[in-house]
Amino acid sequence: MSDTSNNYVNFFQAKKGIKSWIFTLDHKRIALLYLYAVMSFFLVGVLLGLLMRLELIAPGETIMKATMYNQTFTLHGVIMIFLFIIPSVPAIFGNFFLPIMIGTDDVAFPRLNLLSWWLYIAGATLALLTLVVGEGPADTGWTFYAPYSVQTGTNVTMAVMAAFILGFSSILTGLNFIVTIHRLRTPKMKWFNMPLFTWALYATSWIQLLATPVIGITLLMIVAERVFGVGLFDPAIGGDPILYQHLFWIYSHPAVYIMILPAMGIISEIIPTAAHRTIFGYKAIAISSLAIAFVGYFVWGHHMFTSGMSGPARIIFSILTFLVAIPSAIKVFNWTATLYKGSIEINTPLLYTLAFIFQFSVGGLTGLVVGALAADVHIHDTYFVVGHFHYVMFGGTGFAMFGALHYWFPKIWGKMYNTLVAKVGFTILFIGFNVLYFPMFVLGLLGMPRRYYDYLPEFTLWNQVSTVGSWILATGLIIVIINLINAYRKGAKAPVNPWGGVTLEWQVKSPPPLHNFDRMPIVSEDGPYDFSEEYKQKIKQA
Amino acid sequence: MNSGASSFVEGVDLSFYIILGISAFFLVGITFAMIFFVIKYRRSKNPKASNIKGSNTLEIVWTVIPTILVLIMFYYGWLGFKPMREKPDNAMTIKAHAQMWSWSFEYEDGRRNQELVVPINKPIILELISHDVLHSLYIPAFRIKEDMIPGKKDNWMWFKAQEEGEYDILCAEYCGERHSYMLSKVRVLPEDEYKTWYREKLGKSDDPPGLQILKQNACISCHSMDGSEIVGPTFKGIWGRKEMVTTDGKKREITVDRDYIIKSIYQPNADVVEGFNSGQMISYESTISEEQIDQIIEYLKTLE
Repeated sequence: MSDTSNNYVNFFQAKKGIKSWIFTLDHKRIALLYLYAVMSFFLVGVLLGLLMRLELIAPGETIMKATMYNQTFTLHGVIMIFLFIIPSVPAIFGNFFLPIMIGTDDVAFPRLNLLSWWLYIAGATLALLTLVVGEGPADTGWTFYAPYSVQTGTNVTMAVMAAFILGFSSILTGLNFIVTIHRLRTPKMKWFNMPLFTWALYATSWIQLLATPVIGITLLMIVAERVFGVGLFDPAIGGDPILYQHLFWIYSHPAVYIMILPAMGIISEIIPTAAHRTIFGYKAIAISSLAIAFVGYFVWGHHMFTSGMSGPARIIFSILTFLVAIPSAIKVFNWTATLYKGSIEINTPLLYTLAFIFQFSVGGLTGLVVGALAADVHIHDTYFVVGHFHYVMFGGTGFAMFGALHYWFPKIWGKMYNTLVAKVGFTILFIGFNVLYFPMFVLGLLGMPRRYYDYLPEFTLWNQVSTVGSWILATGLIIVIINLINAYRKGAKAPVNPWGGVTLEWQVKSPPPLHNFDRMPIVSEDGPYDFSEEYKQKIKQA
Repeated sequence: MNSGASSFVEGVDLSFYIILGISAFFLVGITFAMIFFVIKYRRSKNPKASNIKGSNTLEIVWTVIPTILVLIMFYYGWLGFKPMREKPDNAMTIKAHAQMWSWSFEYEDGRRNQELVVPINKPIILELISHDVLHSLYIPAFRIKEDMIPGKKDNWMWFKAQEEGEYDILCAEYCGERHSYMLSKVRVLPEDEYKTWYREKLGKSDDPPGLQILKQNACISCHSMDGSEIVGPTFKGIWGRKEMVTTDGKKREITVDRDYIIKSIYQPNADVVEGFNSGQMISYESTISEEQIDQIIEYLKTLE
């Protein structure tokens, strides 16, 4: 394999200066703009989470008052959902690698791509402005449930407008990816020659495009109600609070799949590379992404099993919820089977992947508990649900994102991190994560409701364990991030293909040149995970 | 946990344990398989991978079996849930009132109590009424929960308590600042003790009439009587106190008199006392009459 000698101009060197970044049309630079912004907000969200856990270390007031706690968990949710999880994988790794993985030089609409980033920054700025103006950030929870969200004096209108603008950023990214995948694939790449990460992004993009407008409309309705007194959701002025919940979850449940599908795509990339073999059940994994995206539209009602929906509605939503678990299960089985008779390199990305499968399984299986009508009546709106979605969102998507960062780091920056420190950091993060979130299942079963500033004495022990977990997790996170920053500053040069991957990004230099490919990429006719000697030879010769 | 505290415990717990059992089996299986493969086929042991592309048989097996299993899970979930939505015969109906941030239970003859007191083995239908925002009545020991939606008619839940004792009532739907303090108890008594309580204790209070109204309307969950600040200004020494208030964005000083008290109960956001937030209180124009306000004022005068 060729080394990363300086006989070409990479995308970092192509242009200099701040303007060449914030007005760039290069998908790779936009991806990095997202990376820095998204990671900054992630750290803010983590900090808020740590403060919440600290408050909950003992009953009664510990470090903040009730209103501040309520504002903290709302801001934590808004930041983590709208500013971190939703844009994390698609906007960072999708932007960077989607064009390269399908063998083209950029997304279909580079200007629109830049606009998406600017909308993201505008929305984020607005969300942060709620901190300093008026009566402070919203205290409604990230769900903005009416009629409380219509009545409270805090900055709900501004927070809602922030989410509205962020929605457009998401819609435009989705649109861009769909067109890119349809129109810009390198000539030899048929649909079933696309890497699974691309399939996952494709399914995700359709959700972004079709579901996000619903939340846009809903959020505008809240503004109309708060500002102009139009009675839509508040029964005091003739509205219906349940209508709000339906509209909110029609977007926000599919949005859960916006958050997890791209992460699943990453797992489908890392496993075959680490096992040095073709993926097991390529088509099953690809189609299951579409199935999740499709069925995911019809399960929103399971957030409302105790909201007084009609009996038949509850039954239908429960059945559909159980069915949406099947494609996820199919993926997990195929990933596990891909390890069978592989030649497995236990590298850092693989560790994150294994942790993903374990934690996503815990999150998914506890999802079955909340999907069952009887069990949900008990567990709904308790810490069990908080544990469940943190296992899926953080244990799943969060870990996949860190896996992706370690997997593609040498490609993006052309440098390698200290792998021992990376593994130590991972281990601490993994332990901390489980100590932090597992107790929440127990608390939920004991009957502790969520969004609780204070709690009854019998919940103390497990809350303390959870808070200690948050410190372990923070330690792991610091080690992981410092290790990556060190690698960025003074890491050793990385080879073009450190893991022995066969998807197209491993055929371009590290860091990639401005236009990605300096010759036609070589696509295997045998699918994207062709680990045969012939194919490897062919790449080498070219 | 109190198994069998209500007639729903068995159904809910059964569905939970069935799902937990199947899930634990799959979680352990997958985790074990993963670790086993990673160790057995590590690069140093197995330098050459076999490129197995898949197996239609396996895909069918691991689609069909999980589908059957989740349908079984659904079935037990539905089975445990079904009786919760079937109104029992010969039940006793109690109106459950929720408002920021307290509970109140209204019995058949209109008398009210802060705690829910019920006889054992008698089906109880709770009519769920919220006076402001969403709340959710949750009794973990009974495994029941139902949202209370303002404006929704015929919103109900029911239960049958099977074991004597005292159990927590919590609010499960976030409802603002003091959500986590919106607590009460359900006390399950034997039939005869319940009858005595109903006859002699229910609605009887030694409190002055003004205080009773304050308690009934949950005023004191936000306005303390000992001088501490909760959500709104304290009632201690309020009569005749001078306060800085904000009216239409302008600050002015007022004295707390009858007119001001009526206005702050009927239009709570009109004159907001400095240091407190607007939008925290709803209007009580339809629930508290002017005569009642006079009784409240008589009581407030005593809080010096």
